[in-house]
Amino acid sequence: MQVLIDNFGQILDGFAKTLWLLLFSGTIAAVLGTILVAMRVSPVAILRFAGTSYINVFRNTPLLLILLIIAFAAPDLGFTYEINNYFNFFFMAATVGLGLYAAAFVCEALRSGINSIPLGQAEAARSIGMTFAQSMRSVILPQAARAVIPPLASTYIALAKNTSVALAIGVTEASFIMKKLNAENAVARWQIFFGFAFGYMVIVAFIASAGALAERSGAKTR
Amino acid sequence: MADAPSDSSEAPGTTPLVALSGVNKWFGDLHVLQDINLDIARGEVVVVIGPSGSGKSTLCRAINRLEPINEGEIKLDGTLLPQEGKALAQLRAEVGMVFQAFNLFAHKTVLDNVTLGPIKVRGRNASEAREEAKKLLDRVGVGEQANKYPAQLSGGQQQRVAIARALAMHPKVMLFDEPTSSLDPEMIKEVLDVMVELANDGMTMVVVTHEMGFARTAANRVLFVADGKIVEEATPEEFFTNPTSDRAKDFLGKILQH
Ligand SMILES: Nc1ncnc2c1ncn2[C@@H]1O[C@H](COP(=O)(O)OP(=O)(O)O)[C@@H](O)[C@H]1O
Ligand SMILES: [Mg+2]
Repeated sequence: MQVLIDNFGQILDGFAKTLWLLLFSGTIAAVLGTILVAMRVSPVAILRFAGTSYINVFRNTPLLLILLIIAFAAPDLGFTYEINNYFNFFFMAATVGLGLYAAAFVCEALRSGINSIPLGQAEAARSIGMTFAQSMRSVILPQAARAVIPPLASTYIALAKNTSVALAIGVTEASFIMKKLNAENAVARWQIFFGFAFGYMVIVAFIASAGALAERSGAKTR
Repeated sequence: MADAPSDSSEAPGTTPLVALSGVNKWFGDLHVLQDINLDIARGEVVVVIGPSGSGKSTLCRAINRLEPINEGEIKLDGTLLPQEGKALAQLRAEVGMVFQAFNLFAHKTVLDNVTLGPIKVRGRNASEAREEAKKLLDRVGVGEQANKYPAQLSGGQQQRVAIARALAMHPKVMLFDEPTSSLDPEMIKEVLDVMVELANDGMTMVVVTHEMGFARTAANRVLFVADGKIVEEATPEEFFTNPTSDRAKDFLGKILQH
């Protein structure tokens, strides 16, 4: 226990960075995932093809590989962007990599929700003269919203845990700190592991209850 | 275009409202619509009858391009059906469609089901749209149900709401694809009564149905479809009492046994 108390400041800093990673990459994933799903269900064949190709590439590549490729290839291509010392280049690379990766899963979660709505709903919408966008907005998405929450919550829970992969490119998030403390305190290893596992569990519990809450408030409006 | 019989240079009164010429469609190797030629006049009620899998639904759905065709052309009121996009959506607003499975918007009340199209597609003002929707719901006999959700209604009531939803767009023609086939027997009549009334009011209708009673009372013409072809075309009286093709005789023999 003592080791956790002595290093509490560092641990909090680590989890703060984890949360920043989650926030930034989660936002990228939400925006890009929505664009991708619109492409995947659109009536335009080439958009569908592009969307499907994206999913195949990013869902089937290990996340670690994506982060390494971005961290090493981006500087070669002239991208070395960083906001400041805290949000440095490796943080940005990890954020983009996590966001690109999670977008594929967000897209598929949204698509499973859309596909759970019977085809007749879209046909009825089209038959009264709604455009593709109108039928999505007024008929399909409102009905898909509830079906989408559980798989979307799972996707974000996975993303929260996946932020730990960023340690591989030197981002000082929670798992990075854990590794460092472990190296410095060989005798207290299991305490350190459980302490950090608890930290991740708290984050996951927040996402899960947000999902449950959203699902219940959706239930009221049918 | 110049050789089409429905060329728009004809006098407006004689232009068929719906005109299919040389229409062919395939689902993979299956030739579902085979060289269909069909003109439907304004105010005409056409009943389409034929064995299951013969292409009746596909024919019906081709008219508002829910199913695109591979060859030939389909004109509505002299205008070729647009390929896609906004123009197609606008054209679909002119063609009402009633499905076998009702397909009411499950997350909207009965009233909102009827007003959605007028408000979103026609840009009508919401309170006006609601007033008209209430009148339409009264007309089809479900005015009392306006604030319920579709799942709370019987099949017959849902189908009458679906008819009101289509009528709210002021369509030029209404397509019905087996509108009573998924209804319990006691509800079939309430839906057919609404349809007969609509026919009497002069609505142009294409109705896929095996309800001979409806065909005899309301139809001007019966099309017998088999294997993707229009095999026989006649008045209801002629068709039911004196079918000429063997396919039709065989088919009528089967449905009359029930
Ligand atoms: N989307 C589709 N893909 C492939 N085959 C289809 C599709 N829709 C219908 N078919 C086939 O086309 C034929 C005609 O179908 P349909 O028009 O629904 O017939 P009907 O309404 O007369 O029963 C059937 O053999 C059916 O299996
Ligand atoms: Mg059918």
